[in-house]
Amino acid sequence: MKRLIKELCAIPGVSGFEQDIRSHIAQLIQPYIDDMRTDAVGNLIAFKKGAQRGEETETARALQNVRGGLLIAAHMDEVGFIVKKIDDKGYIRFAPIGGIDRRTILGGKVLIGKQKIPGAIGLRAYHLVSAKEEKNVPDVADLYIDIGASDKQQAEALISIGDEIVYDSDFADFGQGMIKSKALDDRIGCAAMIQLIKKDLPCDCTFVFTAQEETGARGAFGAAFSIQPDIALILEGTTAADVPPLKGHRQVTRAGEGPVLGVMDRGTIYDRNLFKRLRRLAEQNSIPWQTKRTIAGGTDAQAVQTAAGGTRIAAISVPVRYIHTASSVAAISDCEHMVALAEAFIASVAYESEE
Amino acid sequence: MKVRNNVDILQTLRDLNAHFGPSGEEEAIRKRIEEIAPGRIDEAHVDALGNLILRRKGSGPKVMFAAHMDSIGLIVTHIEKEGFLRFGNIGGFVADNILHATVRFKNGTKGTIIPDQSADRTKLTLNDLYVDIGAKDEAHASSLVDIGDTAVYEAPVSETGDRVISAYLDNRISCVALLLAMQMLDEQNSDTQNDLYFVFTSQEEPGLRGAKPAAYAIDPDYCIVCDVTPADDQPGTKHYGSTKLGGGAAIKIMDTSVICHPEMVNRLRTLAIENGIAFQNDVIQRGGTDAGPMHTTRAGVLTGGISVPTRYIHTPQEMADKRDVQSCAKLIAAFAGSDLDKVR
Repeated sequence: MKRLIKELCAIPGVSGFEQDIRSHIAQLIQPYIDDMRTDAVGNLIAFKKGAQRGEETETARALQNVRGGLLIAAHMDEVGFIVKKIDDKGYIRFAPIGGIDRRTILGGKVLIGKQKIPGAIGLRAYHLVSAKEEKNVPDVADLYIDIGASDKQQAEALISIGDEIVYDSDFADFGQGMIKSKALDDRIGCAAMIQLIKKDLPCDCTFVFTAQEETGARGAFGAAFSIQPDIALILEGTTAADVPPLKGHRQVTRAGEGPVLGVMDRGTIYDRNLFKRLRRLAEQNSIPWQTKRTIAGGTDAQAVQTAAGGTRIAAISVPVRYIHTASSVAAISDCEHMVALAEAFIASVAYESEE
Repeated sequence: MKVRNNVDILQTLRDLNAHFGPSGEEEAIRKRIEEIAPGRIDEAHVDALGNLILRRKGSGPKVMFAAHMDSIGLIVTHIEKEGFLRFGNIGGFVADNILHATVRFKNGTKGTIIPDQSADRTKLTLNDLYVDIGAKDEAHASSLVDIGDTAVYEAPVSETGDRVISAYLDNRISCVALLLAMQMLDEQNSDTQNDLYFVFTSQEEPGLRGAKPAAYAIDPDYCIVCDVTPADDQPGTKHYGSTKLGGGAAIKIMDTSVICHPEMVNRLRTLAIENGIAFQNDVIQRGGTDAGPMHTTRAGVLTGGISVPTRYIHTPQEMADKRDVQSCAKLIAAFAGSDLDKVR
């Protein structure tokens, strides 16, 4: 799984610019699915028939025959930036795509456009920074990217206004089962879905690798609207804050202590019975689990839940420290546990009756 | 067996408030409303979001009435070693609204909301507050309450003259108005052919979430949202609203989620005048309603609103006037029984 996450994280896919990551995923899953399409917003929608093993319950039958059945979604886009302006000196002015803490990008490495032109997010030399200035974090509007061009013309030969900008960061496998990379949110979810797709599944599932989650769950809305599932499961990366000096309830989630079961966040109150089902399945399968200690964040669930006539919604997330930065950190055990729990969930939808 | 109660405002409010129903967990309140809903109901349906849809069939245009039945509440996010509970908010309120309120969990456990001793009292946030359920430690607390459990205000329903002081007038009082209107329709032996949908929506408080799929599924010709509206008759008001307690049914013109179609505003005003129902104009610059997602459903829906002016919304002591509730119910019933054309 680590290798797959590494492979997926390396591919650029800023919201709205998901072509590369989408075609890569499409290639990986092609042999294991029955049908696949890309919709107008750029969601990759894959349908896989269930193996129909064992005894079919009424629920399983209902799910397969009525509307869209079970939908599983993870977003394939990542946060990044976009080129706004190229100034006379050849420096690039840019704007963020998605929620990026500007404190984390000063001096960062980036790649711009299809040609992956390397750039550095520049800042005046420390020698020249006044004591007062040092206390303030500059606005993104005051930052620039240096691509080594000597003037506007040279810069324009390499890049254009509107080009996407992605973090340039290496994957690392370090410490006690921890991984570090850009885009862990939500390539972890994508990797989990790919692993599920490779398995024999007990009921029909529609997998959606969604576009534009980071800019407001925009892709998922259209996908859910066209599929109209009865039940949807979102696989996500979520904020971990098990870092100093935060304590107790302010830690939100803790990396390495199991996947996070969706109860409530700023965008969604998850289906109570599905939350309880996930909790029970985790306990039954000895999978560690946790819930958010502070209500924060949002996922594709907010769009899926209320699309068309509405959908019962559940979520499993992996805690990610320094989420939305070039160096986000997660525990590989949480990723593996997410796959195991999602698999148990699919089986429960196929075989169990409603509780 | 259906219990067909006579809808008394105060008694019904007490009944509804005794039933648990924070956003996302509306099962108990939903079941109770279904039990006591009066008048002819041809179909009852609960959808994926937990909306309760009661239909009185007709061959005419589809009219959807929506009153949200969910309430604001707390959700436990963390249990401390000492047995105190940290929580998040379900719906919009600030520390000031809930300080020292008594709360009740679904299983009956009670608690009170207290700020950290170290917190700056002038800048309290919800992160500075905890629920004390009287547990002696984490294990004791965990035996009473689980992470993810929710709690609601535990506050009495009091009467003072024509007015009611109670938690959750938002929006149980509009549920009462809608139930009352259903009873009126029956008593008037209305022979209307309008295809009526009385919808008690879920998850309004966290972001108008339930009404959207309900409206999509029903695909109505007309929508009327029944909610409370912040009254503008309190000392020190900044005039974000326009209504007064006792001034009659508030006919919605605008809130932050909707600008009601002038045709709907006029229809409601005309019906109020024709039927001698007290009414007032309702414009609010803070707060949205289910009217927002409903009027933009599919190709758009003609949408209006009938609201109960309410003071101190989202505190455990909200206040409204029973005469306004009566006026709202009459206006809802009048619209339900009025001659309407199919829009499509």
